[in-house]
Amino acid sequence: MLHGYGLSLLEGLAVTLGVALASLAVACALGLAGAAAKLSRRPLLAGIARVYTTLIRGVPDLVLMLLVFYGGQVLVNELAQRLGSDGYIDVDPFIAGVLTIGFIFGAYLTETFRGAFLAVSLGQREAGLAFGMSRWQVLRRITAPQMLRHALPSLSNNWLVLVKSTAIVSLIGLNDMMQKAQQAAGTTREPFVFYAAAALLYLLITSVSELGFGWLEKRSARHLMR
Amino acid sequence: MNPTLQVTDLHKRYGAHEVLKGVSLTARRGDVITVVGASGSGKSTLLRCLNLLEQPHRGTLSLDGEALQLVPDRDGSLRARDARQLQRWRARLAMVFQQFNLWQHMTVLENVIEAPIQVLGLSRAEAMERARALLERVGVGSRAAMYPAHLSGGEQQRVAIARALAVEPQVMLFDEPTSALDPELVGEVLRVMRDLATEGRTMIVVTHEMGFAREVSNHTVFLHQGLVEEEGDPREVLVRPRSARLQQFLSGGLK
Amino acid sequence: MNFDAIAQNLPLYAAGALTTLKLLVIALAAGLVAAVPLAVLRSRREPWARGPVWLFTYVIRGTPLLVQLFLIYYGLAQFAVVRDSVLWPWLSSPWFCACLAFAINTCAYTTEIIAGAIRNTPHGEVEAARALGLSSAQVMRRVVLPSAARRAIPSYGNEVILMLHGTSLASVVTLLDLTGVARDVNSRFYIPFEAFITAGALYLAITLSLVGLFHAAERRWLAHLAPRS
Repeated sequence: MLHGYGLSLLEGLAVTLGVALASLAVACALGLAGAAAKLSRRPLLAGIARVYTTLIRGVPDLVLMLLVFYGGQVLVNELAQRLGSDGYIDVDPFIAGVLTIGFIFGAYLTETFRGAFLAVSLGQREAGLAFGMSRWQVLRRITAPQMLRHALPSLSNNWLVLVKSTAIVSLIGLNDMMQKAQQAAGTTREPFVFYAAAALLYLLITSVSELGFGWLEKRSARHLMR
Repeated sequence: MNPTLQVTDLHKRYGAHEVLKGVSLTARRGDVITVVGASGSGKSTLLRCLNLLEQPHRGTLSLDGEALQLVPDRDGSLRARDARQLQRWRARLAMVFQQFNLWQHMTVLENVIEAPIQVLGLSRAEAMERARALLERVGVGSRAAMYPAHLSGGEQQRVAIARALAVEPQVMLFDEPTSALDPELVGEVLRVMRDLATEGRTMIVVTHEMGFAREVSNHTVFLHQGLVEEEGDPREVLVRPRSARLQQFLSGGLK
Repeated sequence: MNFDAIAQNLPLYAAGALTTLKLLVIALAAGLVAAVPLAVLRSRREPWARGPVWLFTYVIRGTPLLVQLFLIYYGLAQFAVVRDSVLWPWLSSPWFCACLAFAINTCAYTTEIIAGAIRNTPHGEVEAARALGLSSAQVMRRVVLPSAARRAIPSYGNEVILMLHGTSLASVVTLLDLTGVARDVNSRFYIPFEAFITAGALYLAITLSLVGLFHAAERRWLAHLAPRS
């Protein structure tokens, strides 16, 4: 039914997953930094974080991605010229995609981690401090482990949205699932079959993810269940 | 011999509202001091200033002759100058909270060994031995592997006391330890505290339990609107109060 | 940076923004109208009622909008029966396909939002209505839906913003929405920063206006749940 393009689609699946996981890593790092900035008592840091989250939530993913890709292309080549190179450097779509999507979801995860931090009751932290633990020890041993439980639902939602967002990276040439489907559709003249197959694969990713997060949520709350 | 804990002229305000207006306290080795007063009198704030969970605006604190170095903070209150000294200071005091504040994601045993390992540097084996003995002592030995959420309030507070004992503190601070407990669970916690007092522990207890104050403590401080209104031997002060406000408070008039 | 080219093309950007808003309004209107009855079905206990709706929302919410758009615009063209049908003029038009894809997408999310709000109706209110003799249909129409609609405002506001961003995919099927204009300007003048930053700024302006609108709606219609001031 897939005219032998099944393997190709699966290769695309691997690339899609790769982009998603790499973007998640970038997003988590940015999210933690952003949450720390928003929670800090320094107005400058909190202000920067506010601008960051507002900008991301105000501009479509596609526009940001095209900006990073085409703009990055211009920047990289100007820089190369100034450093004396002659050739034309191509920005790798994988990198552009991961940076964009990571940057976008970093803003959403800022809210996730900030909310999770605030959900850990003050008394837990106070008890740590009262016994002479340093702020860093309290963060590492008391706050962070409890934050995870509170962050999971939001983390799960954001992951699902992130995975679906990676589809647009195909538009800047990444050889992911969408691209492979497009190529197969082009040669076989059966676009419906291949886009439907891609849709099913995405559905598979989201379904497995939901199950996984559900299991994680149960595990992280076992100290509360009777 | 140096008094264990010396507090002089403590002031604390929240914005324009002054909560402590110059409170001094001295705790010698073996003293069991109860601090009583109406809501808003500043008694919890006083206790929380002792381990700098609240930052006072004026005053001095010293333990065994060593003064806690304080410098002005951005908002006008005083903060510890040296974070390390503050940590060491706090490790010599231990606090038992009204809401227990046991770490929810750790078992009872893990709660008790956490500070000895992380702050005192004990080995895991030593900490666990100490913890098991203390948990037995306060009567919750069988609960060691359980999570705090699965224990009753009285059991949780007794675990909190074991956690405080585990760091071998010089002074134990109790912030209304029984106020959040159902009445039938109050007794078991007071019994443990009475044992500690008999043993000679230095304790400062903010409480509403007048019976405990009368029978167990050797010095009672009555706080009213941020100042020490009356203080002395509880068998005198709580039975034959001299100040009118204390009389009112004891008869249930001041809430 | 060369913003002169942008200044010259401002009318184009304005037209693009208008196209974006048209797409948004059409998609939201169609999606919302369909979502209400679907949400009612979704919150029923009978499996034959909520099952199909669940499947619909599950599939749509589990797959990217881009795939859905391609399935409709490119995919349907695969079938001769579609190409020969009376619907072909519409199904081959980028405008219609984009609106259809966007409408179906927002319908699925909106259905779940409203169904969730229905489920969160305080049970006591429903009981009181039944006890007073209102029929099931009346309970739904007079008590549950109005209350659910208000509860759904914050989530729906979020969905509207996400749909606004989703319309940018119209540029992928050759439509000259705001993103399409930016891509066009970029390809003609090679000024990616200026072109896309301008589009971004316009999207931000529209987003902030919508956010303000929904905050006002929340203040007005969720006042009964707000803390007493």
